[in-house]
Amino acid sequence: MKWSDLFQRKSSGDVAKDRLKMVLVSDRASCSPEVMERIKSDILEVLSKYAEVDKDQLDIHITQVDSDEKGRGTVPALYANIPIRNMHHNA
Amino acid sequence: MGEVIVITSGKGGVGKTTTTANVGTGLSLLNKKVVLVDTDIGLRNLDVVLGLENRIVYNLVDIVEGNCKLQQAMIKNKDNENLYLIAAAQQKDKNSVNEDQMRKLTQELKEQFDYVLIDCPAGIEQGFKNAIAGADRAIVVTTPEVSAVRDADRIIGLLEANELRDVQLIVNRLRPDMVKRGDMMSADDVVDVLAVGLLGIVPDDEEVVVATNRGEPLVVNAKSMAGHAYQNVCRRICGEQVPFMDLDSKKGLFSKLFGK
Repeated sequence: MKWSDLFQRKSSGDVAKDRLKMVLVSDRASCSPEVMERIKSDILEVLSKYAEVDKDQLDIHITQVDSDEKGRGTVPALYANIPIRNMHHNA
Repeated sequence: MGEVIVITSGKGGVGKTTTTANVGTGLSLLNKKVVLVDTDIGLRNLDVVLGLENRIVYNLVDIVEGNCKLQQAMIKNKDNENLYLIAAAQQKDKNSVNEDQMRKLTQELKEQFDYVLIDCPAGIEQGFKNAIAGADRAIVVTTPEVSAVRDADRIIGLLEANELRDVQLIVNRLRPDMVKRGDMMSADDVVDVLAVGLLGIVPDDEEVVVATNRGEPLVVNAKSMAGHAYQNVCRRICGEQVPFMDLDSKKGLFSKLFGK
């Protein structure tokens, strides 16, 4: 490990844990990145009938939330933050 | 009535067979009557890890197909009255046995033994389904690597889907020196991600290879770190509360005494 790494980079153990968490989110949701992309474009298609959305600021992903059910740990949830520029009033 | 424990991992090469051999031997040394069943049909290895490869006459598929009596396929361990092995068939494939047959077999074994340990093959196909069919509880073995933990997570999900809720984890081949400098996930990291109970932490230990070379599980050797860790695992399986060992104690007596 280089000296500069001490300041710039996370330890590889932490990198491993972060990567693992990300992989498990999609594994547990049985939702591959390809499926996620399709969900995203379908949501956009529906929404654009009613409103003009800011596609650059769009954030849609699967996340984990604590389950209400005991012993189940976390369950997947779809998180979507879609800024609306304008509502189509003719809709 | 005994208990059926499946040892599984998803990923290959993380130490399922070594764990089965050591936990089985360790439990037998605690005066429990133990039978080990290798369900890795076509790729059997538990026999060599135990040093019993020259004694196998009948195997798991022979029992299921009725070619022999159950007792004939149980190989007694060399100098251990409490430990038996049922080997997998080497020339058959995993579809030669089904889940109902495994349930029936484990039920019979449970009546004769305190512990029935099932060595599960890697993967999630028929071999896995057979291995978990009659199990009362599961031990999931993983190493602190992204690939192994990912597969362990998948396995835990499948175990739950099959109503197997008593699931515990062994983190195998941990390198305390690497964890210390941040280059390996700690056992806590792994437990945190997988959210199951921890049954044991087994440090990476050259002695495992030496023991496997000789066909003698190292759990008999309390001087080795991994052997000691396996002994602790066995005591925990029997319900004893055993604290997790200090893996830094490798430093030796001098540094321990002087706190360096």
